[in-house]
Amino acid sequence: MIVSVASGKGGTGKTTVAASLAAVWGGSLLAVDLDVEEPNLHLFLHPSIEGNETAHMTVPVVDEARCTYCRACSDLCQFKAISVMPQLILTFPEMCHGCGGCMAICPEKAISPGQRELGEISWGEAGTAGFLMGRLRIGEAMSPPLMRQVKAKLNQMIAARGGDAIIDAPPGVSCPAVNAVIDSDVIILVTEPTPFGFYDFKLAWEAFAPFGKPMGTVVNRAGLGTDDIYRFCRDKRLPILAEIPFDRVIAEAYAHGRIIAEVSPELRETFVSLRGKIRDLAECCRPREAVHA
Amino acid sequence: MREIVIISGKGGTGKTSLTGAFAHLAANKIICDLDVDAPDLHLLLRPAREREEEFHSGHEARIDPERCDRCGLCASMCQFGAVREDQQGFTVDPLRCEGCKVCVAFCPAEAIRFPEKHCGQWYVSSTRLGPLVHAQLIPGAENSGRLVMVLKQQARELAKDRGAGLILCDGAPGIGCPVISSLSGTHLAVAVTEPTPSGRHDLERVAGLCGYFQTAFAVIINKCDLNPDEAARIEAFCRDWSYPVLARLPHDPIVTRAMIQGLVVTELPETDFSRALRQSWTRVEELANRIG
Repeated sequence: MIVSVASGKGGTGKTTVAASLAAVWGGSLLAVDLDVEEPNLHLFLHPSIEGNETAHMTVPVVDEARCTYCRACSDLCQFKAISVMPQLILTFPEMCHGCGGCMAICPEKAISPGQRELGEISWGEAGTAGFLMGRLRIGEAMSPPLMRQVKAKLNQMIAARGGDAIIDAPPGVSCPAVNAVIDSDVIILVTEPTPFGFYDFKLAWEAFAPFGKPMGTVVNRAGLGTDDIYRFCRDKRLPILAEIPFDRVIAEAYAHGRIIAEVSPELRETFVSLRGKIRDLAECCRPREAVHA
Repeated sequence: MREIVIISGKGGTGKTSLTGAFAHLAANKIICDLDVDAPDLHLLLRPAREREEEFHSGHEARIDPERCDRCGLCASMCQFGAVREDQQGFTVDPLRCEGCKVCVAFCPAEAIRFPEKHCGQWYVSSTRLGPLVHAQLIPGAENSGRLVMVLKQQARELAKDRGAGLILCDGAPGIGCPVISSLSGTHLAVAVTEPTPSGRHDLERVAGLCGYFQTAFAVIINKCDLNPDEAARIEAFCRDWSYPVLARLPHDPIVTRAMIQGLVVTELPETDFSRALRQSWTRVEELANRIG
């Protein structure tokens, strides 16, 4: 089972929830940080890193001796990554999405694959759990290509070790967030009951509900703000799987890099119960196979 | 004319609440919400929309099942795993389609259409604190960086029309395409951080990003009292890199109280927090005016 922890609004407690779930999960688990722009899970799980690799995207390199300036490549490119002038061809590798169209369409075979660095993928162990993260190169604009490579590694690691994965997703509801949750079995939305939290929560629900995946809510900083989120969840039949109280002790523990599930027996119980509810949610919503007599 | 963008790296540090208060304190400005993905500033400013436009960006591939002869070339060429085959034939998953046109160009049956994508709406509104340029990306859509550029362009035109001396922008979290777009043409980026391991880690990365694009960078430490040791480490980082620290704000429930009332914090009775915030705005303005 792959569980992604997402949110809409940033700073609602995704990493807090993902780290605490990892701490109580038991069994074989892989903790994955797919918030590649600002990965934070390692700050709480303190993994020992055993390996890493640089992730690249394939971008065009033009052999100008062979180029006839026919413009087939620049006419196809949707991302303004190649520009052809009468006697000059320029590439803008940072604009390239890596579709390979220019290389395939060039009648002179004048374009060959080069590389743009996307960032770094690292993996290791965090206690009994496996650990995997992506970290976007500073200055790189596109996070989904790196996320796709981290997910490929996730699939390899899960195939090798078995068990479950918990994904710490990026905030927002556009392409990076969608990329993080799209291949998971269960989506957990972490929110806070403030007007900002509620507004972004509704956006996240709108973005993710069409995937038809089992989805549940964790209300962080419960007791703060308003009860709009509870009404909305009731209307949409979105189960509230856990509430983490608004408490300065928790905020300070987080600020000191502590895992919230380890702050008190009550909080540990909150996450143990959340783990059970996530498993139930995955179980009850799993598409049933035809029953044979 | 000056352009200031409020960013953070990490989400939830207080960007929008601070931008709202700065919009209250600043004179003669255009306000702009560049967090087009999860915009919240309108919840404080309660805008009255004066202009609404559709935002179209990029295209998406759609296979016409009538013309498709099921050769599978599209699926084998797609680098994004967006083409699926089932008993009904081949279809494109719009969530995975990057809009690259490779399948369209190579389909031997010319069976793939390539319509433009409607990605969101943008607005010019009036608010009690001044004109607001803002947008809403359709949840799940892409090209937020291009929408950010559209908003900046609109804000600049509006500033010219109305003789405004400042564009004040609320930015997005992270360091990816919308944040990079929000830095272009910006005179000063002010990062709001918090003294937590994540806050400091993400501040360092967003500072690196501003260095990469040579944008002047200053810092406000919010919720300063949550972890004084971590706050001291942030101060040391800023000292090492000569980033001015413009304010140290205490953790104050006034931020949530204002949000619930649809107001900005400086519209409520003054607390230590709002007093410090008021002083910090003077410093932000001074700094922005000093930058050439």
